Amino acid sequence: MSVRRLAPAAQQPASFTFADDSRAKAQWWLTKYPEARRASAVIPILWLVQKQEGWLSKPAIEAVAEMLGMPQIRVLEIATFYTMFNLEPVGKYLLQLCGTTPCMLRGAEDLKTICKHMIGPKGATSADGNFTWIEVECLGACVNAPMIQINDYFYEDLSPEILEDILKRLAAGETVPPGNFVRRDTSAPEGHALTLIDERLYDGSRGGPITLPNAPEKLPANADGGNG
Amino acid sequence: MVRLIVDSVEIDVPGEMNLLQACEIAGAEIPRFCYHERLSVAGNCRMCLVEVKGAPKPVASCAQQVRDQRPGPNGEPPVILTTSALVRKARAGVMEFLLANHPLDCPICDQGGECDLQDQAMAFGRARTRFDETKRAVEEKHFGPLIKTEMTRCIQCTRCVRFATEVAGVPELGATGRGEDMEITTWLDQVVTSELSGNLIDLCPVGALTSRPYAFNARPWELRKTESVDVMDGLGSAIRVDARGQAVLRILPRINEAVNEEWISDKARFIWDGLARQRLDRPMLRENGRLRPAEWAEALALAAQRLSAPAGSVAAIAGDLANVEGMKALLDLLNSLGIQNRDCRSAGERPGAGPREGYLFNSRLAGVEAMDALLLIGTDPRREAAVLNARIRKAWLSGQLARIAQVGVATDLTYPVEDLGTGPDILEALAAGTHPFFGVLDKARRPGLILGAAATARPDGARILRLAGTIAARAGLVLHANVEDGPWNGFNVLHANAARVGGLDLGFLPGAGGRDRESIVTGAQQGSVETVLLLHCDEIDGKDLGTAFVIYVGSHGDAGASRADLILPAAAFTEQNGLFVNTEGRIQEARRAVFPKGEAREDWAIFRALSAQMGKVLPYDSQGQLRKQLALDHKAFAGAMGDPAFNPEALGELGPVDAIPFAPAPNFWLTNPVARASRTMVECAAGARRSVSQAAE
Ligand code: SF4
Ligand code: FES
Ligand code: FES
Repeated sequence: MSVRRLAPAAQQPASFTFADDSRAKAQWWLTKYPEARRASAVIPILWLVQKQEGWLSKPAIEAVAEMLGMPQIRVLEIATFYTMFNLEPVGKYLLQLCGTTPCMLRGAEDLKTICKHMIGPKGATSADGNFTWIEVECLGACVNAPMIQINDYFYEDLSPEILEDILKRLAAGETVPPGNFVRRDTSAPEGHALTLIDERLYDGSRGGPITLPNAPEKLPANADGGNG
Repeated sequence: MVRLIVDSVEIDVPGEMNLLQACEIAGAEIPRFCYHERLSVAGNCRMCLVEVKGAPKPVASCAQQVRDQRPGPNGEPPVILTTSALVRKARAGVMEFLLANHPLDCPICDQGGECDLQDQAMAFGRARTRFDETKRAVEEKHFGPLIKTEMTRCIQCTRCVRFATEVAGVPELGATGRGEDMEITTWLDQVVTSELSGNLIDLCPVGALTSRPYAFNARPWELRKTESVDVMDGLGSAIRVDARGQAVLRILPRINEAVNEEWISDKARFIWDGLARQRLDRPMLRENGRLRPAEWAEALALAAQRLSAPAGSVAAIAGDLANVEGMKALLDLLNSLGIQNRDCRSAGERPGAGPREGYLFNSRLAGVEAMDALLLIGTDPRREAAVLNARIRKAWLSGQLARIAQVGVATDLTYPVEDLGTGPDILEALAAGTHPFFGVLDKARRPGLILGAAATARPDGARILRLAGTIAARAGLVLHANVEDGPWNGFNVLHANAARVGGLDLGFLPGAGGRDRESIVTGAQQGSVETVLLLHCDEIDGKDLGTAFVIYVGSHGDAGASRADLILPAAAFTEQNGLFVNTEGRIQEARRAVFPKGEAREDWAIFRALSAQMGKVLPYDSQGQLRKQLALDHKAFAGAMGDPAFNPEALGELGPVDAIPFAPAPNFWLTNPVARASRTMVECAAGARRSVSQAAE
């Protein structure tokens, strides 16, 4: 992680306005909290702003501060604390490439090479404005390593070829459905199941009454009355 | 009360105390960085770790309450250890982490010698470092002309953030980023806009925030420390004046719970450079329109000659920085000469005649915390008494002071204020009981009002005073001892300068048939007042004094001196021992930290010499004798209590008031000659003007 600042003045837009849709959603969040605790809605509203603009600009932070009656510095604290908030403009697709050990062992480094090659250096936006890639820590999909989060969705079991193909299709304006890119069911083993395949597990033949060693002979009278 | 055993000392402490406080009561010393008695608990530095018997890990003592401790298996009191091997190891570990990223720049750091980190590293740290990575560095920040930042030194205790947010009420500081990249900053590097910002320097346990004007001036061990009181406003905050040789190099707060707790305003803290500039260091007299240096003998002779003119043509006005002894000596001299034209209300305020309660802050400053409703009349406490404003905010934050309303020009006071209107006409409705806020005061258990003394400096001032007194009387602000809930006196006059209450206590007011401040000025313009003596008084525009001969006794070349025909140089408040009475009537002494400049003399000594010159020798040869006389002549200085039957409704005079709005408070920084001579204050005032004009754009 590195020091997070507002984007340089040259990148800052002159103003920010809530789109009708985000304003309505923001209002919904505001109704969840008592008037004196409006500030509680800050994270969801910043997230709405980011959904609308792709990133958090200075005017946007000021607008949120105003909406919630918070000092601007308080909103800035939150925006700089959470790395999921982008403080600089990003491409149409933000690729968060997992570089943590399991993904690394399964080829994340090769994916990085592709990204560098097709998009540019880490953190930069591609010339066509379509892509920005950054490296992140484990996203919790290690079973399907290596993986990349593209905007809100996980693209798993990638290889350099698959990634290249995805990027090309996205650049061409196609939608690429997320998920895993090898033949497997979610996180189950590739091809077919390798464990828990004994038929007898499922036909009931291994079932039967059991006696718990320390269970009382007779249940107390009110045993089922516990929760009334 | 909960029983605890701290290092084998058994103590009983209230359950809501934290362990750190309990340990201190038991006599154990607990190191700390983030914890501060007057701020909320953050618990983020971990320096205060102690061992609690039975707890799996060391606990942060500042963040644990006494009542949450578990007793031993047989109900024994909880046992806290503060010197065990575990604690020592934990502290050394915390210290090592703090120092890992702290620069080794103590030799060029202004905090050196008074740095908590230095001291605690010596006491609790390991002797040598095991850290050989590179240290982090933090980009420079800008907090304005008063505070110098070196954020690489910051240990992220967040005391500064909490002070700005909680005490100063300007939520402008924050901690951005996290972990190693956490940084203390303001929104877009804006200047901190508090009148109390200098206190951040004291709070910062390291050298991250230091005093910019004092930068690289001195080391703490070179400084001679003098305990004194501040005279920049009417509160009389406790200060310490640090000097080296004959130069005052800085001013710091001392703790006085009843007055300033442990804060002082930026004006009190940073005017010290003004003490060395624009000084009057020798007598001068005007010849052919130009001032020329003179000898004391010549100057005194001329002054004596002017003062011995017919008493009706001579007048004296004492100003904002005059100490009690100086005014007493002058008053005695005037009396012996039969001069009745005199006034200490140099701004033309009205409170003064009658019982002491009529011009004091009767609830006392700390009494604000007992109030549940407060009415501000023509006063801007944030500018006129910044430290008091912090106390009002504290009372509001605690929930005790629920309703605050204001008659006057609305400004941001750092707490919500109901705006009742701008002019004194609103007071008529309040006094008549027809205004809704009258009901609020009436129902409150400890209601208070604060009348800005300066707000009465207008033609209908005496009538405003009467109205304020009427509100106080009718809404039950003054409860005498014999009534239920009494005694309580919520009728408060706030003086924005240090000298006034002392002057009023002396009765430095027009004598029988004498002129007051207004009439002295008109008399000077018409030529019937031919000589005006100004004692530390720069509040009167020289042009207003017509062709009168002006004798100026004071320390700085300011409004008074530039108009003067004769200047008798006097010592400043850091150069003489002198009494000041604060706005609540507390008599305190400002002490000499350095010698007077050049040939300047102490105020009282000037009048003593003048009296000898005129053959009317004052009956005291030393300040000690003068003070004895003071106590004999004026009951306020003999420890007398106030008037038990004080009736605020009798103050001022009855009559209609104008609807003209109260004048807004003058700017905070440049209210007296010392401040106007201070470069730092001038820079602050200019900065504030800039940001106001930017905001207006
Ligand atoms: S600047 Fe000083 S007071 Fe503020 S967080 Fe850093 S060390 Fe603490
Ligand atoms: S290591 Fe990549 S998702 Fe866990
Ligand atoms: S003083 Fe307790 S954690 Fe800082």
